[in-house]
Amino acid sequence: MATLTEARALEPALTAPPRRRSRRPLGRTGKVVGYAVVLVAAAALLLPFYWMVMSSLKNNSDVFTIPIQWFPKTFVWSNYVDIWSKGDMLTWLKNTLVLSVSVTFLQVLTGSFAAYGFARMRFPGRDALFLGYIATIAVPWQSYMIPQFILMSKIHLTNTLWSIIALQAFGAFGVFLMKQFFETVPEELSEAARIDGLSEYGIYRRIMLPLSVPAIASLTLLTFVNTWNDYLGPLIYLRSPDLWTIQLGLKSFISQYNADYAWIMAGSVVSVLPIAILFMLGQRYFVEGIATTGLKG
Amino acid sequence: MATTTLTAARRRPGSRLRLRNSLIGYSFILPNFLGFAILTLIPVGALFYLAFTDWNVFGTASWTGLANFRRLIHDASFWTAFRNTLYYSVLHIPLTLGVSLCLALLLNRKLRGVTFFRTAAFFPYITSIVAIAVVWNALFSPKYGPINEILRFVGVDNPPGWTSSATWSMPAVIIVGVWREMGYYMLLLLAGLQTIPQQLYEAARMDGANAWQRFRNVTIPSLRPTLFFVTVMLTIGSLKVFDLILVMTNGGPGQSTLVLSQYIYKKGFEENQFGYASMVAVVLFLLCVLITVVQFVVNKRRER
Repeated sequence: MATLTEARALEPALTAPPRRRSRRPLGRTGKVVGYAVVLVAAAALLLPFYWMVMSSLKNNSDVFTIPIQWFPKTFVWSNYVDIWSKGDMLTWLKNTLVLSVSVTFLQVLTGSFAAYGFARMRFPGRDALFLGYIATIAVPWQSYMIPQFILMSKIHLTNTLWSIIALQAFGAFGVFLMKQFFETVPEELSEAARIDGLSEYGIYRRIMLPLSVPAIASLTLLTFVNTWNDYLGPLIYLRSPDLWTIQLGLKSFISQYNADYAWIMAGSVVSVLPIAILFMLGQRYFVEGIATTGLKG
Repeated sequence: MATTTLTAARRRPGSRLRLRNSLIGYSFILPNFLGFAILTLIPVGALFYLAFTDWNVFGTASWTGLANFRRLIHDASFWTAFRNTLYYSVLHIPLTLGVSLCLALLLNRKLRGVTFFRTAAFFPYITSIVAIAVVWNALFSPKYGPINEILRFVGVDNPPGWTSSATWSMPAVIIVGVWREMGYYMLLLLAGLQTIPQQLYEAARMDGANAWQRFRNVTIPSLRPTLFFVTVMLTIGSLKVFDLILVMTNGGPGQSTLVLSQYIYKKGFEENQFGYASMVAVVLFLLCVLITVVQFVVNKRRER
């Protein structure tokens, strides 16, 4: 239950524009120290990415040199051409895209649907059911992945893309996020619609969903990224190479070309780039989604 | 007589309406709950059965009672994994909490570029673990890696072997773990900080409280709910750590970074000993639930 009260406490901070808060201006030394620390922290956070991109543009022999080349002598753009013929990148990307899109679609649909039930309907056992959802936060997936695998193989879903869809699409995360948001929508709106003869399904579709675009955007982005980056699920369930996702593909690529670091880095950049672009475009929604639930899928 | 029939007649449409509403309510929950029940609740229940069987790759199982448990307590590798999990958690939890709290406090001030930094800090968290592992492994490379080169530059003659050394592999993994997660927890803490009313600080300042006293007596108590939540999430996250280790060190060198989750994976999916792996999983399950419950109880007691 703490998650919910927590999340509610976090909400106003994000909806209110941060600039409006009256913060005490710092002294000059405070400011200088502050900037210095921010700068160092930002460098520590971003240097690995910088190194990854720069290495991907070097010759293989120039990746590890003493002293470090912080900048490639010549930009070897051909690395990005070469890797497509070195591994089955296109299949991996296609599989990952198919999975991410279908999982996201299902998660948003079933998650928001169930969230409406939890937020707005009254029926026996509702709170107990919701508690069941919450309790699974404390239960790591790693502890029940074996029974889950046995179950999946009994229904012949292992080694199909369906296994990953089933695995990711019904998480508690979407239900949480949407429930948090639905509870902020004024009840009067639904009440008015109910008097006008709209059914509960109609209220969900015509009133709640259109009002929840920011929450849906958060959920869509987070689920998409989560599925794109998932490594363990595909590792356990997708055995045949033509089903591999980009993460599995990259891993095999790394072990196959374990000395060719420029190619490995180029492959890594290709695997990260779609997510980076998505993140840049929708950063606001990521931040809000994380902060309202305090959870990742 | 007449009144009772009247109330009965009146009650019936009401209860029918209630039933109808309940059914509509269930219909909303059902699609998600069905998936959730089949793929999460049933496996969690089945875990406790599996752990007491000798389920193997052929799918035949017989009840073996406590045999798996007896094997577990004499299994040196299990205890190594157990110790390593605690080792990782004991360092990873306070480090991540400390770093992300410092960053959050810093970002909660009037500095230019805060938005950019918030974005940057979050980036490692949304980057795939495989890419992170390969980059950090290269950075940690003992002979030619940039990290050791920098260490040599600042005068460390024998920089550590990081992921190739049994002593330093765990610290290396912990560093990457902190680096990866600090932005995420910073975000949660920052959201908590921004809910603290400014008046509290003003009042404290009036009373002559210095910066440390304000932090100690205003920030920390007001941030307690968020801190508690972050600690709970961080603890579970640390106890179940897996993918980072799997792709960075694969438990090695030797068993120096073998953790519980990985041991479950190894026994289950590599050696097909599903029954025994489930017993290890039960330990992980109970460890997480137990520690979470303890944290909740301690938190409740302190609240009073």
